[in-house]
Amino acid sequence: MDLTDTEDERDFRLRLRDWLRRTLPTLPPPPPAHDWPARRAYDCGWQRALYDAGYAGLHWPTEAGGHGATPAVHLIFLEETERAGAPYVGANFVGLLHAGPTIAAEGTPAQRARWLPAILRGDEVWCQGFSEPEAGSDLAALRTWAVREDDTYVVTGSKIWTSHAEVADWCELLVRTDSAAPRHKGISWLAMPMSAPGVTVRPLRTLAGSTEFAELVLDRVSVPVGHRVGEENDGWRVSMVTLSFERGTAFAGEVVACRRTLADMARTARDNGRWDDSSLRRRLGRLNAQFTALWRMTQWHACAGDAPRTGAAAVSGSVFKLLYSHARQELYDTAADLLGPAALDAGHPWTAARLSSLSYTIAAGTSQIQQNIIAERGLGLPKGR
Amino acid sequence: MDFRPTSDQQALRATARRFLAARFPRDRLRRTVDADAAAGADDRLDRGLWRALGEAGFFSLRLPEKEGGAGLGMPEAVLVFEEAGRALVPGPMAATHVAAGLVPGAADGAAVVTALDGPGVVEHLASADAVLLTGGPTVHVLPAGRGPRPAPDLPTTVPLRPLDPTTPLHRIPGPLPGDAGQRLTGTDAQQLRLHATLLTAAQQLGSAARTLDMAVEHARNRKQFGRPIGAFQAVQHVCSRMLARTDLARSGVYAASVTMTVSEVSAAKLLADEAAVRNARDCLQLHGGMGFSWEADVHLHLKRAWVRREQWQPPAQAEELLALALLDDGGIAPRNV
Repeated sequence: MDLTDTEDERDFRLRLRDWLRRTLPTLPPPPPAHDWPARRAYDCGWQRALYDAGYAGLHWPTEAGGHGATPAVHLIFLEETERAGAPYVGANFVGLLHAGPTIAAEGTPAQRARWLPAILRGDEVWCQGFSEPEAGSDLAALRTWAVREDDTYVVTGSKIWTSHAEVADWCELLVRTDSAAPRHKGISWLAMPMSAPGVTVRPLRTLAGSTEFAELVLDRVSVPVGHRVGEENDGWRVSMVTLSFERGTAFAGEVVACRRTLADMARTARDNGRWDDSSLRRRLGRLNAQFTALWRMTQWHACAGDAPRTGAAAVSGSVFKLLYSHARQELYDTAADLLGPAALDAGHPWTAARLSSLSYTIAAGTSQIQQNIIAERGLGLPKGR
Repeated sequence: MDFRPTSDQQALRATARRFLAARFPRDRLRRTVDADAAAGADDRLDRGLWRALGEAGFFSLRLPEKEGGAGLGMPEAVLVFEEAGRALVPGPMAATHVAAGLVPGAADGAAVVTALDGPGVVEHLASADAVLLTGGPTVHVLPAGRGPRPAPDLPTTVPLRPLDPTTPLHRIPGPLPGDAGQRLTGTDAQQLRLHATLLTAAQQLGSAARTLDMAVEHARNRKQFGRPIGAFQAVQHVCSRMLARTDLARSGVYAASVTMTVSEVSAAKLLADEAAVRNARDCLQLHGGMGFSWEADVHLHLKRAWVRREQWQPPAQAEELLALALLDDGGIAPRNV
């Protein structure tokens, strides 16, 4: 058990720190939260800067245009960028964390060449069309269908909870291509151009007042057959290859940020007198333990990244997500208790974060689904009902 | 960075598990439970077992080889203590381990050394050869004996009816004599407390992992309504949360064994206490009526977890330390040692 940087890791860390110190002051000011075109431009500008400096696709395989870095080095990247206050991945989330890795793993050489460099350079933004109004936790119940007409699929249906749809160039789309097959067997994975005729984007306002999500209505949208990644009707497997991709480390930067917030909360409590309340102090102490261990668990998962995943290790991403999402909610609930009536101001960053934290136990697999996965795949309990 | 246990560390853990399965199997635990229950708190710790633990290196493994140890570190000690916790080995293991090299006989298990971290309770006093006083800035050692007064240097010792049938306890009302016994010079009291706290956390982690296994096995085999109870989501989700809190505690305990910082050790103890107690509670609940019986082992895990929780930094103390660490950035910034 070793938590020390190797010589290479240390070199990487120091070089990255130096680059961040020089680069971050040159960035433009962050755009307003609701201006999505401006946010796209900002996020893509940051991605381009990473690309130019050799940090884009750090841990992607070299044949996909990446640098083939170890998970430990990638984790250092996530840690140092967050600690330096660098911008988030933002609009490039789906491209860099899901669609891109899927194409890297399952695409043809031509498909990789078409899409991956544009993702890494920050030229093209992707969104995700998986969930549907009637297919949330039960994703395989999706009904958006595609009919093949010669060299095109004609797609009709609707998708929901698509983030950054308004500013995306491409959508990774799961569609039903064989309605007679068992539900997991009749699905295909398509890259749909968002500019195609028949795509309607309806912004969806969240309880936090934000509009990063949208509903997609697809009315006879033509997608070339050559935009299918993987075999026809094999899309469920194709999407799952990377659905658990990085679940163990996807929140690494956020854990670092939560630990900083926790320290800010302690200082705020000391300054506003709430520190004298031992029950509040003890809650802060408990959160410190949880986020310290969550950070160590992230490092553990990064180190286990290459190992074959069986039993409990196979569900480590679900375990992490379950723990982290609840800890995050507890963090901001505690922040509210610390602020008192000031927490009723929706403009307070901790209140805004408290509202958005409510999605964490729902998005990307609810806590209930995570617990099913852990029970069945991690603990070998019989299939539930 | 490679946080995973090395192959040597994994082999050490496997050896410890095999050793305990042979030397302290379940029927041995149950004999201890029933003998102690019949005899009350006066019963003696099994000296043969203690010797065997000593010979196997449970107490001496961090001592340098020239002093009869194995020259290993806290990561290795934590792995074998996790196994001891899993097997519910009774006795003041953490105290005897940190006394190795300081108190004659501790390293090889010839002596039983217990510890008192402040006014409160002390375990296995009547069996002990020595008591470490660790609550102050310096560490003192008192002789313990087998007379009417088990520790003559302590003002008052009141035997309790022990909650955990295999952990006899005496209550020691404060204040403790500041200059009692022999002062151990050259010993860092804070370091000694940190080591004992983390070793106790490791035992709690082992117990939590064991009650998770017991719960899952029961959920797979116990049938009600025509199917294994583990097919019901209500049961599945309890088991999933048991796994999650065990994994969180394990991350905390293993990391603390590498960094040995004050706040990581506190985090490890807090999370391991919670995992041990709550997993035992959940395991008990899932066992239904049998869980409430003396015959099932789950109450032994729960009671031991309650005892260990009160030793070496109970939760309130750990939480206060962790809160204070937040005001000092050293406690927050991820450290790369």
